[in-house]
Amino acid sequence: MKVMANVLVTTDWVAQHATDAGVRVVEVDVDTTAYEQGHVPGSAGWNWTTELCDTLVRDIVPPAKLEQLLGSTGIDNKTTIVLYGDNNNWFAAWAFWQLKVYGHDDVRIMDGGRKKWLGEGRDLSTEKPSFKPATYKAEVPDLSLRAFLPEVQQAVAGKKAALVDVRSPQEFSGEILAPPGLPETCQRGGHIPGAKSIPWGKNCNDDGTFKSFDELKALYAEKGITGDQPVIAYCRIGERSSLTWFAMKYLLGFDKVKNYDGSWTEWGNLVGAAVEKP
Amino acid sequence: MKPEDYSRRQQELAGWAVTIETYKLGDVYHCTIANVDPGARFARADGATREEAESHAIEKATRYLAQTRKFEV
Repeated sequence: MKVMANVLVTTDWVAQHATDAGVRVVEVDVDTTAYEQGHVPGSAGWNWTTELCDTLVRDIVPPAKLEQLLGSTGIDNKTTIVLYGDNNNWFAAWAFWQLKVYGHDDVRIMDGGRKKWLGEGRDLSTEKPSFKPATYKAEVPDLSLRAFLPEVQQAVAGKKAALVDVRSPQEFSGEILAPPGLPETCQRGGHIPGAKSIPWGKNCNDDGTFKSFDELKALYAEKGITGDQPVIAYCRIGERSSLTWFAMKYLLGFDKVKNYDGSWTEWGNLVGAAVEKP
Repeated sequence: MKPEDYSRRQQELAGWAVTIETYKLGDVYHCTIANVDPGARFARADGATREEAESHAIEKATRYLAQTRKFEV
């Protein structure tokens, strides 16, 4: 296991370096209007529903679209990208995961995200900055970071990988089909057989920052997740599990951890798929 | 600009625990509501006053929460 350095930056660091040459801060939110309600001065805003996905086929952002997005945000392959967002960085982690899939070297997350920045009463801007366009070249996708359905089915059948369900206990049990207040997006409730329930929020402190290495290690070890075997994390659409994937891979240093972005909106809609309850 | 009059509190709406976060930026109050578990923002509104922003956001949130079904397990 190898814990990665420099993947988290503090709000103080961002306040001091947000507009440095070679640094680009980007806000990515669950609520795609949050950026307009005030953002870190100098930061860009990306919309996960239109810019960080393929809008025709259900898939992550295609490479050419990513190259265009990053280029128009003034990001080249050497830029330090600092991501932050609402909900303790759910979609910031989603963006981080995709950028790693496409091989961007220096991506970081602002620890605590929008919640901490706001709670500290730091400056907000409603101005949308413009950036000098840059040229970006995506790498061949690193699929060692991403799990597709067949691999998850094999994991269930052969118990060759540990499955971590990061949704809330009520979603895990099947009591509800989606987080309260959000549309139901599956036909069945419950979880993938054999999955361990480790809700994403257990990775975080009250202020939105990540817990310490020792706390995270104990959290996962308690459920038998030690990094010795491959791990696949999933949630409903893959963003909460991106956060857990980030914690396991970069804060705990697990080598073989994948994000199953098909998640429950795929598994919970599959005809004939086994579902475990509660 | 500095956000002003920031507040964050938890309360129950339509039987669900939610977090209500409000602040003023410039002349506008922004209110967002998230479920406590798992923590997703699902309603927001703006207003000229805190009361206006919060009442609109709460009205939306209550409507959305009423559509959340619970199943026996």
